[in-house]
Amino acid sequence: MTAPAPVALKPKDFQTDQDVRWCPGCGDYAILAAVQRALAKQGVPGHLIATVAGIGCSSRFPYYMNTFGFHSIHGRAPAIATGLKIARPDLQIWMATGDGDSLSIGGNHFIHLLRRNVDIKVLLFNNRIYGLTKGQYSPTSEFGKKTKSTPYGSVDHPFKPAAVAVGAEAGFVGRFIDVDAKVGAEVLAAAAAYKGTAFIEIYQNCNIFNDGAWDHLAVKEVRAEQTILLEHGQPMLFGANRDKGVRLVGTRPQVFQLGHDGLGIGDAWVHDAHDADPVRAFLLARMEGPEFPTPMGVLRSVQRPAYDELINAQVAEVAARKPADLQKLLDGPHPWLVG
Amino acid sequence: MDGQGLAAAASHKPTETREAVVIRFAGDSGDGIQLTGAQFTAASAAVGNDTATFPDFPAEIRAPAGTLAGVSGYQLHFSSRDILTPGDRADVLVVMNPAALAAHRRWLQRNGVLIANRDAFTSKNLAMAGYAADPLSDGTLDEYQLFCVDLSRLTGDALQDLGLSSKEVERCKNYFALGLVFWLFERKPDLVLREIDQKFASKPILREANLRVFRAGWDYGENTELFRIRYRVPAASDIAPGRYRSISGNEATALGLVAASQKAGLALFYGSYPITPASDILHYLAGYKEFGVRTFQAEDEIAAVCAAIGASFGNQLGVTATSGPGIALKSEAIGLAVMTELPLVIVDVQRGGPSTGLPTKTEQADLLQALYGRNGECPVAVLAIQSPADAFACAYEACRIAVQYRVPVLLLSDGSIANGAEPWRIPDAAALPAIDPALLDSAEALNGEPLQPYARDPETLARPWIKLGVAGLEHRIGGIEKWDKTGHISYDAANHHAMVKLRQAKVDAIAKTLPPSAVTGPDSGDLLVVTWGSPWGSALTAVLELQAEGKSVAHLQLRWLSPLPADVGDILGRYKRVLVPEINNGQLVKVLRAAYAMDCQGYQRIAGQPLTVGELKAAIVEHLPA
Repeated sequence: MTAPAPVALKPKDFQTDQDVRWCPGCGDYAILAAVQRALAKQGVPGHLIATVAGIGCSSRFPYYMNTFGFHSIHGRAPAIATGLKIARPDLQIWMATGDGDSLSIGGNHFIHLLRRNVDIKVLLFNNRIYGLTKGQYSPTSEFGKKTKSTPYGSVDHPFKPAAVAVGAEAGFVGRFIDVDAKVGAEVLAAAAAYKGTAFIEIYQNCNIFNDGAWDHLAVKEVRAEQTILLEHGQPMLFGANRDKGVRLVGTRPQVFQLGHDGLGIGDAWVHDAHDADPVRAFLLARMEGPEFPTPMGVLRSVQRPAYDELINAQVAEVAARKPADLQKLLDGPHPWLVG
Repeated sequence: MDGQGLAAAASHKPTETREAVVIRFAGDSGDGIQLTGAQFTAASAAVGNDTATFPDFPAEIRAPAGTLAGVSGYQLHFSSRDILTPGDRADVLVVMNPAALAAHRRWLQRNGVLIANRDAFTSKNLAMAGYAADPLSDGTLDEYQLFCVDLSRLTGDALQDLGLSSKEVERCKNYFALGLVFWLFERKPDLVLREIDQKFASKPILREANLRVFRAGWDYGENTELFRIRYRVPAASDIAPGRYRSISGNEATALGLVAASQKAGLALFYGSYPITPASDILHYLAGYKEFGVRTFQAEDEIAAVCAAIGASFGNQLGVTATSGPGIALKSEAIGLAVMTELPLVIVDVQRGGPSTGLPTKTEQADLLQALYGRNGECPVAVLAIQSPADAFACAYEACRIAVQYRVPVLLLSDGSIANGAEPWRIPDAAALPAIDPALLDSAEALNGEPLQPYARDPETLARPWIKLGVAGLEHRIGGIEKWDKTGHISYDAANHHAMVKLRQAKVDAIAKTLPPSAVTGPDSGDLLVVTWGSPWGSALTAVLELQAEGKSVAHLQLRWLSPLPADVGDILGRYKRVLVPEINNGQLVKVLRAAYAMDCQGYQRIAGQPLTVGELKAAIVEHLPA
């Protein structure tokens, strides 16, 4: 299907008349604004877009987007969005979900969405807590976390969402922090242009039940030291003075100081977002502090045919060579006459 | 080989005419029993008999050979008059081994014909079937007409010079049995011969082998002294004129869905997860891509229904099907479809439960779940199929109602309907009733007013089905309670009360369009038998036989269970007694008692098997007023 020509749009074209009911100070506001800006920039009008969500704070997203919207049931947004995309390949579909919605109750649908590569943009708001049910630990909460449901500390080992995605054959994996509008815009633009399941993990702050969960990466003073912005084809350098790099020793990433131990820019791992082999993407997806800077930007962008295109192409191919004769179908191979 | 020669060959044995015969084949799962039965059925339909079948097979794919667990059965009722059931008991039972005898002997009439493959009655096989002594020779089968045939040896003899392995020879023996019963009942062999030709086109040796064995079975009947007479079941004369085909319930369901989608001008989206006995619907639909059918084999039952809901939101005809525990898994999503008021068809091919239960056996125990089994007040339309051929009309009707009322429709089938087959009078595709999806597809239709996704059609109370991708029609739906008309989120108390009542009223409104209920028998009298689903055939046959005996009994079949037709209460009140036979622990009888405050009585046998005419006659007589 050819994309329609872009039209001039403003972020407010994607706003609805609904009162936004997230808590004041919630990271979701910044994400909503970032998506509305990205869609305006993309130039696809709202009537050619559908927003689908499951359940949770993040999943209220469709009510606030002036597109077609479906706020569904807990964990099932990938399945609903898959049916919708098969039925309506002409619509661009954005899915809003959270760490509980996608990685706990909807874990099965999440991995199968990625495996099939349905052309859907997945915004996973990861706040490492259950917000809408008021503060239980989530599948991304850190080991030992004390919450309402874990007064003595969680003994659950957490998921790394991007690593789950790579393991589930995701072709596109991106990541940004809710407060980082610049990187957010880049990742959202890349996801919008990607054909297939574009998985975007967004580090989102829940200021009520898990305030500051991402402060060790998000606050301006440490961001340059604790994160690394990936750019395709560029050496992986970071730090406020860009004086540190990541290199690969075999299959182990290692942080080094430029100019120390005889190591320079030429030793840094050059990011290849289009590497068909997922091994390096998996290494990136697992990198985190304090040992490593946490990667931001586009971790992986590898094209393969989208499921919705394949399923519709098969129908079109058969329909082109076999006439749809309903009477013949009803008759079957061996009808007989009585009377 | 000349098949015509076989059919035309004059037999020197006398023929006895029977009005109807019930034959049952039983053997190991690997013995080709289902295929044998299906070929005999096709040949019977081809000579103009009415037919009804009941495949009865185990859940295991290939349980160890010779064990009771591995026995597969297939029962066929073929008749020279219109029949409604696969028959209570067999006149003829063909058993391929001792386990088949042990498992299926109880279905054979006294003095029935029992054909046994003597070669399989080895001490090892006897022990596996639980026989201390050989029943073929110890007199325990004296109440039947026993024919011991060395099926395996005779098959081997026919194939001596072909150089086949003993395993390949063994796999041909079902064609010997088929040839023999074809001879015994004067079936024309041409269909079987054509099937063998096609099936083994690329394996000439096996083609030759099966043709030879089939002929050997035929000749064995003709030439040995064992069989003294043949049986003739003439063509049925009381069948409505028309074009017919044989069809199973699952295939008829698939065709009904496709036909409805074509008539509605909507692409059919079928989301499904493999589960016995519903899977064949998926298999059929996956082959109908030229009709624009999208089949989606989902990762689980929940995804299957959710994808169908997504497709319905996207203006396709969303359908899902399942069996057994699958319907429990789908219940939350059905609630979402109720809340979002989208068309959705859910087919439930009921099987024995609870839990995994009896995957390959039939049951009717999902009725209360279909009516009530969801959180909150969650009404859906529910209708039930009465026989394999009826599945087409029911599936079509389910789609029509779902589309017209923007409501989930639960279509109840069951294992015996799904796998059973009978002749189906093929409808004229052009004459099928119209289905108008009446999509709201243009902003101009709003006349400048704001879009109201939950506006109401005054007749059906349906909300608009809004076309996606149209500028000016952007809207949002979801599972949270909605304000009527605007569709905005609402937690308002009075609105919730009104919406609960409205969703029920929407389903109730369907009753206005239902035709008057048709009672078979007197308008009033001693006893009314009320059935839903597959007991239809046995119940109606029982009632007709009792009417012929002068009893004041009538029968009412309920196709619609939600809503119940408006005239049902009145009809029930015209009889002294009401008897409700079901293959569950008494579900419809509860519904009727609750709906009409009447003293309806139930009859239940929950054995994974259809109810029989005989047991229903006895039950009816027992309940007749003194």
